[in-house]
Amino acid sequence: MYDILRAEKLAENIYLFDVKAPLVSRKCLPGQFVIVRTDDKSERIPLTICDYDREKETVTLVVQVVGASSFRMAQLKTGEAFADIVGPLGRPSEFISEDPETLSKKKVLFVAGGLGTAPVYPQVKWFRENGFHADAIVGAKTKDLVIMEQEMAAVADDLYITTDDGSYGRHGMVTQVISDLVAEGKKYDACVAIGPMIMMKFVCKLTKELGIPTIVSMNPIMVDGTGMCGACRLTVDGQVKFACVDGPEFDGHLVDFDEAMKRSQMYKTEEGRAFLAAKEGDTHHGGCGNCGGDK
Amino acid sequence: MDVMHKVPVREQDPKVRAHNFEEVCYGYNEEEAVEEAQRCLNCKNARCMMGCPVAINIPAFISKIKERDFEGAFNIISESSSLPAVCGRVCPQESQCEGKCVRGIKGEPVAIGKLERFVADWARERGIVPKKAEKLNGHKVAVIGSGPAGLSCAGDLAKLGYSVTIFEALHEPGGVLTYGIPEFRLPKSAVVQKEINNVKSLGVEIVCNAIIGKSITIDELMEDGYEAVFIGSGAGLPKFMGIPGEQANGVYSANEYLTRSNLMKAFKEDYATPIAAGKKVAVVGGGNVAMDAARTALRLGAEVYIVYRRGEEELPARVEEVHHAKEEGVIFKLLTNPTEILVDDKGWVAGMKCVEMELGEPDESGRRRPVVKPNSEFTLDVDTVIMSLGTSPNPLISSTTEGLETSKWKCIIASEENGQTSKEGVFAGGDAVTGAATVILAMEAGRAGAKGIHEYLQNK
Ligand SMILES: Cc1cc2nc3c(=O)[nH]c(=O)nc-3n(C[C@H](O)[C@H](O)[C@H](O)COP(=O)(O)OP(=O)(O)OC[C@H]3O[C@@H](n4cnc5c(N)ncnc54)[C@H](O)[C@@H]3O)c2cc1C
Ligand SMILES: Cc1cc2nc3c(=O)[nH]c(=O)nc-3n(C[C@H](O)[C@H](O)[C@H](O)COP(=O)(O)OP(=O)(O)OC[C@H]3O[C@@H](n4cnc5c(N)ncnc54)[C@H](O)[C@@H]3O)c2cc1C
Ligand code: SF4
Ligand code: SF4
Ligand code: FES
Repeated sequence: MYDILRAEKLAENIYLFDVKAPLVSRKCLPGQFVIVRTDDKSERIPLTICDYDREKETVTLVVQVVGASSFRMAQLKTGEAFADIVGPLGRPSEFISEDPETLSKKKVLFVAGGLGTAPVYPQVKWFRENGFHADAIVGAKTKDLVIMEQEMAAVADDLYITTDDGSYGRHGMVTQVISDLVAEGKKYDACVAIGPMIMMKFVCKLTKELGIPTIVSMNPIMVDGTGMCGACRLTVDGQVKFACVDGPEFDGHLVDFDEAMKRSQMYKTEEGRAFLAAKEGDTHHGGCGNCGGDK
Repeated sequence: MDVMHKVPVREQDPKVRAHNFEEVCYGYNEEEAVEEAQRCLNCKNARCMMGCPVAINIPAFISKIKERDFEGAFNIISESSSLPAVCGRVCPQESQCEGKCVRGIKGEPVAIGKLERFVADWARERGIVPKKAEKLNGHKVAVIGSGPAGLSCAGDLAKLGYSVTIFEALHEPGGVLTYGIPEFRLPKSAVVQKEINNVKSLGVEIVCNAIIGKSITIDELMEDGYEAVFIGSGAGLPKFMGIPGEQANGVYSANEYLTRSNLMKAFKEDYATPIAAGKKVAVVGGGNVAMDAARTALRLGAEVYIVYRRGEEELPARVEEVHHAKEEGVIFKLLTNPTEILVDDKGWVAGMKCVEMELGEPDESGRRRPVVKPNSEFTLDVDTVIMSLGTSPNPLISSTTEGLETSKWKCIIASEENGQTSKEGVFAGGDAVTGAATVILAMEAGRAGAKGIHEYLQNK
């Protein structure tokens, strides 16, 4: 069992966990992820390592409730435990192995969409700790969904917050902010975008036009996370890659997002049913047709 | 008694079992086992033993069954095999022990596999377990992977007094026995779990959720005081065909399909992992893995085709599995090869284009090479495709361990005799070395590795 030392609600449907996982915390680097099982009957769910403490032997995970499994996970409290955590999986961000000389001359723009703030945070933090320069844009639907603002502000050179509805920070999508910053004369040598696939797709479209090399972190459906099942396969530059071992980070200008988005819908119907069953318990029976197939 | 034929084994009715995950074959009871044992001629130069990769003393254990000394029979088998309940169920007996049995020249061979299974089940039901070492010898050994190779290596070393830790990447031990071979062929809690518990009862510690090469490297294990390491990490990397449409929703590797069903228990209502079962499923391939995927899909409610590019004779699966699959209603499309997977506008499989094949001249492997029949293209109406084209070793370990040599197929290079690799103190065996093979060969390689490690540490 993997003990939860801290469980906290960050925003509506977004939860943070500090979990004891010595084999992971000893080794993990920014960009890597773990696979988690809540209990004996749970799915194996991939989650990015958002922070780690090598001395306390903990990792920080941030979970957004999107379906049955993440809903189940969100019920866990401080003092409880996850059944399984395995990792660190995937390859660390490429910056980590880049020549420090070259990197120190670069200005990097991090773009986080929604929950993407959580996985972006350890990377920006790594930049700050190693004396490199990075700005960050954090986008959310609305004010209440902006997470980790203070943490981000502490590690980014400049932090720009934007909300779709304008309830906080700038008004508009992250792509708007990128265009504005570039128009204001800001120069970026590289961009890292992490968030919903649709957001990454549009950021990449824009940065391609702007000529800014862009890295994205893909989050396809996974099972084992070790290269054994092929569930996580996606097409990058016309070649099949397994996100769990070849990624999760890829050159965003080469990723086939449309295919990846279709693949992530694979279990939508079945999972939707499971989610309703978990939330509504016995009230949902299925098969009556009264709900028009929505449940 | 009809000496020409095996005592028939009781099985679940195919019509019933096609809809459940209970074990297909019930195995012999005591009377049936004793009767079948009578058919053995107790040959002096027992040819059957030459067919068994671990050379179990077959006439001797069968003689004990004749005398109703089942525990004696178990002890004889245990001298050579640490997983008899598994091997009795899954060995390709027709090409191994039974393939060589003299009885088979005129009639049917002795049912060696079923007898071995009977003895192992009998012993397990009575809680007879292998004996623990009297005292520990103070040496620490790490084993990577808890499949048949890792389990048997760890078991043998523990019996010699070593402190052994197995590191397993998944959340449950057993390797293919747990995640690959389905419940209806190899029951998990009744058989696999018990065999694993036997290894644990010898003092072996199993650490799950530990991926060597990621969580810890081999060099770090050595720094941590493990004096030798055995790699039994299997061959888990799936192959795809590279045809158009393979990225569609509804295209699985057999590994994914079977892992969802076996390890994650997607077939059970109360487990969370989903599986898109499919209504019409094509399984591409003809090995044991393909049969397992097909029979799993059938049990999940689908109409199932096996699509294989060679003929019936060439099917690499065990004869018993092919027979069972047919009985249950799997449809065989032999001499057929897929060329494209059709995809609908939502990204789902909408059919599979195939061509018919005919067998031409023999290729390097001695099997006749399938060639495309002109103008034979047709579309198979399916909504799910399971690719079962074989697997190769995962490069996770070889790519993170300096000085560990691999072949061009990414197989770890190791001595067949003692498992020694190109790196000092590191041994390997099983599918990681040979590529996908069989349980009994992996088990044998594990035992050879244990012997190699023992010699290495004694002479150090
Ligand atoms: C490398 C990696 C890192 C990740 N890091 C995080 C993280 O730090 N925090 C976090 O909350 N989530 C993260 N995810 C996504 C997370 O794994 C999924 O949200 C989770 O599996 C959904 O499970 P569920 O059963 O609750 O939802 P489901 O019921 O499976 O799905 C609900 C809806 O979400 C969609 N969906 C399914 N799987 C994914 C997926 N992998 N990504 C996006 N949408 C999906 C489905 O189409 C469905 O409509 C990561 C995924 C990967 C591959
Ligand atoms: C579906 C299916 C059906 C089969 N049917 C038969 C049959 O009927 N008869 C027969 O004889 N054979 C059959 N086989 C083949 C047989 O199962 C294998 O040859 C055998 O299991 C190989 O054993 P192994 O110990 O070498 O590897 P595996 O059983 O593959 O075990 C390897 C283990 O190592 C773990 N591992 C891998 N990498 C790491 C790492 N980096 N760190 C830690 N752990 C790691 C894996 O998770 C796995 O648990 C079948 C195989 C499959 C897939
Ligand atoms: S281990 Fe396999 S080959 Fe050997 S006797 Fe038993 S069933 Fe036959
Ligand atoms: S070859 Fe057949 S008959 Fe002879 S000892 Fe072996 S099992 Fe018995
Ligand atoms: S998750 Fe199974 S191969 Fe990537």
